Amino acid sequence: MSIALEARNLVKVYPGVRAVDGVSFAVREGTCFGLLGPNGAGKTTTVEIIEGVTPATSGEVFYFGRPAGREFREEAGIQFQNTALQDFLTVRETLEMFQKLYDRQANLGSIIEACSLADLTDRDNRKLSGGQRQRLMLAVALVNRPRLVFLDEPTTGLDPQARRNFWALVQRIQANGTTIVLTTHYMDEAHILCNEIAIMDEGRLIAEGNPDALLQARYRGLVIELPIEDVPADLDGIDHRRIDRLGIVEIPSSDVTRSLGELTALTADLNRVKIRQPNLEDLFLDLTGHTLRA
Amino acid sequence: MFGRIYAIFRARNLEFLRDRGTLAWNIVLPIALMFGLAVIFGDEGRNEYTVGIVHDQGALATTAHPFLDTRYIHFVPITDIETGVRKVSRHQLDLLVDLDGRQRYWINADSPKGFFAEIALLRAVELAGDTIEKAPISGEAVRYVDWVLPGILGMNIMFSSLFGVGYVVVRYRKNGFLKRLRATPLTALEFIIAQVASRLILIMAITTVVFLGTKYLLDTPMEGSYATLFLIAIVGTIAMISMGLIVAARVTSEELAGGLVNIITWPMMLMSGVWFSLEGAGEFVRSAASVFPLTHVLDSARAVMLDGATLYEVAPNLIALTLMSAIFLGIGAALFRWRAA
Repeated sequence: MSIALEARNLVKVYPGVRAVDGVSFAVREGTCFGLLGPNGAGKTTTVEIIEGVTPATSGEVFYFGRPAGREFREEAGIQFQNTALQDFLTVRETLEMFQKLYDRQANLGSIIEACSLADLTDRDNRKLSGGQRQRLMLAVALVNRPRLVFLDEPTTGLDPQARRNFWALVQRIQANGTTIVLTTHYMDEAHILCNEIAIMDEGRLIAEGNPDALLQARYRGLVIELPIEDVPADLDGIDHRRIDRLGIVEIPSSDVTRSLGELTALTADLNRVKIRQPNLEDLFLDLTGHTLRA
Repeated sequence: MFGRIYAIFRARNLEFLRDRGTLAWNIVLPIALMFGLAVIFGDEGRNEYTVGIVHDQGALATTAHPFLDTRYIHFVPITDIETGVRKVSRHQLDLLVDLDGRQRYWINADSPKGFFAEIALLRAVELAGDTIEKAPISGEAVRYVDWVLPGILGMNIMFSSLFGVGYVVVRYRKNGFLKRLRATPLTALEFIIAQVASRLILIMAITTVVFLGTKYLLDTPMEGSYATLFLIAIVGTIAMISMGLIVAARVTSEELAGGLVNIITWPMMLMSGVWFSLEGAGEFVRSAASVFPLTHVLDSARAVMLDGATLYEVAPNLIALTLMSAIFLGIGAALFRWRAA
């Protein structure tokens, strides 16, 4: 598989802030690459530099081995986090307008069907729900038969059902061989959709690789989760972390039976215990010392 | 390239035409103004006597002749006798008097105000111990509503150009639509051409409707060529849209854009001769007014509509408007940013 996209040492400095600090990564053709991090980590700035809508202070972007330029604009599809559309235009007119901006043009009918917009083609843009609007924005990103699609926080603000429907859509796009760059702060979304991830914090990449491989390399076992009020204040001798904002204590364990026994000995109340697999959020917490959860 | 320009052009047209409130406002306002003025002023817009004095250059000295010291008469220096005679025939001047060369005056035999101005002139000439030769001429009066029609059409073009382009582009930038377009192969030049073309077509269509409507309803005169008038409207509109693009080039706040557009439009409204003639105004005011595109639009449109001026005669105005368009477009394109800095 060839490298579809490569970012080399991207830096973006705003007055008093180094928003992106030497970010480099490569995205293989046909994969879904996730750029993860909390709000303010520099994900959107990094992606906008790559997309060419924000100038970098320094660094380079390559598209299939060549500096990103006209060919990149023609072949990339982009869904921004927040984009307004023209008022008074229908869904179909919006798609037609964006389609005509490209020499490469997809079949609109198939895009409308793929994005479940068939019943909405004559509806005014302003009258779409959040989920419908996100599907339209994804359709706009597909009007040029893109080889590479950028999705910036595509499911923020959607309800759980709409999020799952959107994931299914993204998986269908990827199945067609399209390369996807996804930025999100939802770890479950990244885990489900991405073949490769890079975690950003404070403008820098702090981990990169396959999500499962990253977790397996770091964790052996499960995570025991308890409400703070159900465990004694003193958990000395047990490896744990308190997340006050969420009101829980998390205990990584390679032997759950032994760990539960230790907690029982300390008079912890186990009636509300949860036991789960470690996830990307645990990884982020371990790497940065702070949580991703909103 | 043309496919991309057409896509943006068409989308902007649809957006404008479906915004019924804005569309209605653009058509109804100038027609309502015309009717209002026709009712208020009727056939007489001037209450003061206006007399043209043939004078080569500089200000008129009231001591030069007793007539120039007459109260309630507004004296206007006229450098070109032919122009002055035409104004008398159109009742835009009550008399034209040449006190420097051959002592003579021109009067429209059908003008009531000319009749009284003539009495004042002859009395002053008699007091000075001179004689003066009379040159009677004739011609129908130009009503105020006839004179102000180009002003109102020009004003509507100005507002529609500056607010229509300035506001819309700033709104696009503010809500991120420009940023979305930036991520496509569309270039800044293509986007600007599409905006200019869209606005130009819409303004020309609306102006034509308003012009024909007022001509039919108020029987306004048209002495010259419709083609020349159309050309003036096109070139003038492009110049004013281009001014709007300068305002819209970088601004991200609609409030600021509104303020900037007001700074541009108010001096033009007051100094370009929308509501009243600048004849008799100071040299400085007339020179300053010549930098405004609206001044050239109104001067040339009135010359065509009221005096039957030819394309050749209004060519200086058209050249000035073309130069302004090129300069404004160049500045607008150079300053243009897709998104806030």
